[in-house]
Amino acid sequence: MMRGVSKRIGSIRFATISPDEIRRMSATKVITADTYDDDGFPIDMGLMDPHLGVIEPGLRCKTCGNKVDECPGHFGHIDLAMPVIHVGMVRELKKLLESTCRSCGRLLMTKEEAAEASEAMDAVDDLGGDYIDYRLMARAAARGASKKEFCPHCGQPQEKITLDKPTTFREGGHKLTPKEVRERLERIPDEDLPPLGINPETCRPEWMVLTALAVPPVTVRPSITLESGDRSEDDLTHKMVDVLRINQRLRENRDAGAPQLIVEDLWELLQYHVTTYFDNQTSGIPPARHRSGRPLKTLVQRLKGKEGRFRSNLSGKRVNFSARTVISPDPTLSINEVGVPFEAARELTVPVHVTPGNVENLRQMILNGNTPEFRDGKYVPGVNYVIRTDGRRVRITDRNSELISESLEPGYVVERHLMDNDVVLFNRQPSLHRMSMMAHTVRVMPAKTFRFNLCVCPPYNADFDGDEMNLHVLQSDEARAEALILMRVQEHIMSPRFGGPIIGAIHDHITGTYLLTHQNPLFTKQQVLDVLTNINHRPLPEPHIIDGKEYWGGHELFSLILPEDLRMTFKASICQNCPTCKKEDCELDAFVKVRHGILVQGTIDEKGVGSFKGKILDKITRDYGSEKAREFLDNVTKMAIGAIMVKGFTTGIDDEDIPAEATAQINDALSDAIKKVSDLVAAYHEGILEQMPGRTLDETLEVEVMKVLGRARDEAGQIAGRHLGMDNSAVIMARSGARGSMLNLSQMAGCIGQQAVRGERLSRGYWNRTLPHFRKGDLGAEAKGFVKNSYKSGLTPTEFFFHAMGGREGLVDTAVRTSRSGYMQRRLISALEDLKLKQDGTVRNTADTIIQIHYGEDGIDPTRSVSGDAVDVDDVLSEVLGDEADLLTRIGETRQVGYATVEKDLMETMEEEEFEELDYDMGGDD
Amino acid sequence: MSDFNVLTHNLIPEHHLMSEDEAQQMLSELNITRDQLPKIRKGDACIKVLERIHGPIEEGRIIRIVRKSDTAESFEVYRLVIKDVKR
Ligand SMILES: [Mg+2]
Ligand SMILES: [Zn+2]
Ligand SMILES: [Zn+2]
Ligand SMILES: [Zn+2]
Repeated sequence: MMRGVSKRIGSIRFATISPDEIRRMSATKVITADTYDDDGFPIDMGLMDPHLGVIEPGLRCKTCGNKVDECPGHFGHIDLAMPVIHVGMVRELKKLLESTCRSCGRLLMTKEEAAEASEAMDAVDDLGGDYIDYRLMARAAARGASKKEFCPHCGQPQEKITLDKPTTFREGGHKLTPKEVRERLERIPDEDLPPLGINPETCRPEWMVLTALAVPPVTVRPSITLESGDRSEDDLTHKMVDVLRINQRLRENRDAGAPQLIVEDLWELLQYHVTTYFDNQTSGIPPARHRSGRPLKTLVQRLKGKEGRFRSNLSGKRVNFSARTVISPDPTLSINEVGVPFEAARELTVPVHVTPGNVENLRQMILNGNTPEFRDGKYVPGVNYVIRTDGRRVRITDRNSELISESLEPGYVVERHLMDNDVVLFNRQPSLHRMSMMAHTVRVMPAKTFRFNLCVCPPYNADFDGDEMNLHVLQSDEARAEALILMRVQEHIMSPRFGGPIIGAIHDHITGTYLLTHQNPLFTKQQVLDVLTNINHRPLPEPHIIDGKEYWGGHELFSLILPEDLRMTFKASICQNCPTCKKEDCELDAFVKVRHGILVQGTIDEKGVGSFKGKILDKITRDYGSEKAREFLDNVTKMAIGAIMVKGFTTGIDDEDIPAEATAQINDALSDAIKKVSDLVAAYHEGILEQMPGRTLDETLEVEVMKVLGRARDEAGQIAGRHLGMDNSAVIMARSGARGSMLNLSQMAGCIGQQAVRGERLSRGYWNRTLPHFRKGDLGAEAKGFVKNSYKSGLTPTEFFFHAMGGREGLVDTAVRTSRSGYMQRRLISALEDLKLKQDGTVRNTADTIIQIHYGEDGIDPTRSVSGDAVDVDDVLSEVLGDEADLLTRIGETRQVGYATVEKDLMETMEEEEFEELDYDMGGDD
Repeated sequence: MSDFNVLTHNLIPEHHLMSEDEAQQMLSELNITRDQLPKIRKGDACIKVLERIHGPIEEGRIIRIVRKSDTAESFEVYRLVIKDVKR
């Protein structure tokens, strides 16, 4: 309870301020543009008048008598010599001028219409409408009224009101001065305002034309004293000085009876200064600048945008015990771990409550001081602060550490440095799903980046091209327990998005397992030791002896990290989907068989251990739990890196080299296609092209041409592909699912193909042609965006331009799609964020009313579902029936495609798109 | 008003008026009170069709809706009849 609180806020109302109120709340009138006199004292009735509040320590406010920090500051005011339009109100003003009579000031509505409008307003009130509904009604009423050509009350013909941005109103071409505007607004009677959405009790229209300007307290615009002793004033003060100067000159000129032209110029200048005082980014006028050329930050600029008062100061939250730095990979770390630099670990602390059990340890730690030396090359944690039982925080220094160490007793709290195995939260923005923030255990290590296992890249959507991540140190035992149980990385291997593993091997890990297992290569003893060091594995089987040397097969090595009773059968990523699968006899070694925890045959690639698709990973997580899955992943990463290092792997531009005769073949095929296209075009011009049903002749030509060119690109790809075998690193990566696709390769080695915008061949640019390099009306392949070259052979200038056109569409699409889906997701989240799954399986909101009687209608947690299905029937069958289940799976293959399968297919195509986006990653540094 | 029956449209799920006994049983099974149920307006097109069968349906009655579900084949929801929107 707060003592001394006797009043409570019932409601707050925002309304337009009247000139009277500005003068009433004013502590002083400001008349002079000078701020300080020669002695450095603020001038009375100047912008720094002591009545406006205090900013200098030791002085007292002349209005309330309080000192700095006690005085809240007080408003002053400037009486404007001539009225001025308020920029923030121009739209409202235009509406008012349009919908009221220029002569009698009445609302341009008959009595009946007005009654109808207020009745509709009452109805909105009854139905519990909000201000948006009112605004819509008011807008509709104003629109109706402004259409009237004659005043229904006095018969005066009305003229058209136009607005010259930002603040000049014209009536039928003749300029309205702010004074005239104000006079017209004064004539509008109170009872005509409600239909326009204005409450006359709190807002009179003429208040929107300023006659007095509130001067904010000095506390809002404090002046800074520089080291040189010079005073530097706030931007707002600068702006007020301008207003005061012009105001003064305007008054003098007007009173002296200066020519109308001069008065009008000054009046406009005053309008400019008042406008920029409110908003210095008003379109249509140049922003007011500082002497240095920097635009001034005035009222609107203080509030608006990312760095504005709202987003930065009111909704922005800042936390302690957090760190942010660049991330980099470390395959030797467990997926549960995060590497933290020494420097960060010395700043981030964990509070430890002193007990009789740990007091001796903590005393020792305090003796280490706040920056302990490394001991035997090892990191030693120190202590930054000790919080005594009386709540005092004492900073540990080399001088006081001994004293504090001795005085330490149970009940104290010691803030010790971060150590290995501390629990922290790790996060990467944008935090779009729950896996964007997971709990890791700390490994303090040298260098200045955060490091983690590469398997954890997909959930964070992280790469290492300069990405930064945030780390938060948990401060209580409850928080640590909760984080370890709910948020630990290993608990998030399965994604609730599609019921499969989102944490899994990527890139080189997949290449690694491929090299390890494809066609079961043999490894020497030295190589085996290299691969298996640091891996916690099952005992090694007897070696194969060849020529007196010991060898182990890749399958045997991989089996060492599988659970002992694992049993699986599936097709690898490299499977070519032959019409009839040869199963065990597959010459591609794409048929994977695991029996009793031994990899009998097959290649382990993306389908085996990859993120999103890894079947072994999926099975282990489901059947053996997250702890085993973590162990498996830790081992797979180490083993894959070991294998790829032992075997050696590289890729370069020569991976896309194809023999000269293949290039010739491709050129022939492409020339053929281009010839065919020109034949089609000729046929079209001669009028002998056969029209396709339901299509115009033009469309028929386009379809035929696209077909021919598409086929040509595929053919070029196939010719190139014939010379790109599984001995080629780039092909290994594409086929095993590590990185890239066969399409990428054929575009590098063969032909890039037709460029398209909105699914059609390029056609826009010049009149009847794409570029001036072609004849008008040319419908041939080259003229409409067919790129004959490959990325490797290089593009001609016209081809390059077409490629840029096609590429731009992709960029625009992704930009539009991400912003739109982000907005949609935010709306969905705010609609669903407080729904909760109750113990009885119902989904309820905070009012405890039912949203869904049974969660998701089927009560299935999608995280534990099998790609959306509640039960994996095939898996159950193979558990029960063993090898006989293979028979049943064959029957299953002929089974009709169900709903979940369709969904799964959609998911897979989406993933491919996601990878596509990575290729266009051009957003600055990362 | 046309005499088209919206309930026969394939995008409209089955709507049934629950008897007071059925309603009580459902409420006690779910251990909830009427006000915790989702709502349906008395002016809803489906209610109007049901009124042609059962006569006037007062506020406070409960409608059982049987939806087709991709994941659970069919799924029942219940809605409380509330007052119509004021026109
Ligand atoms: Mg990046
Ligand atoms: Zn004061
Ligand atoms: Zn009139
Ligand atoms: Zn196969």
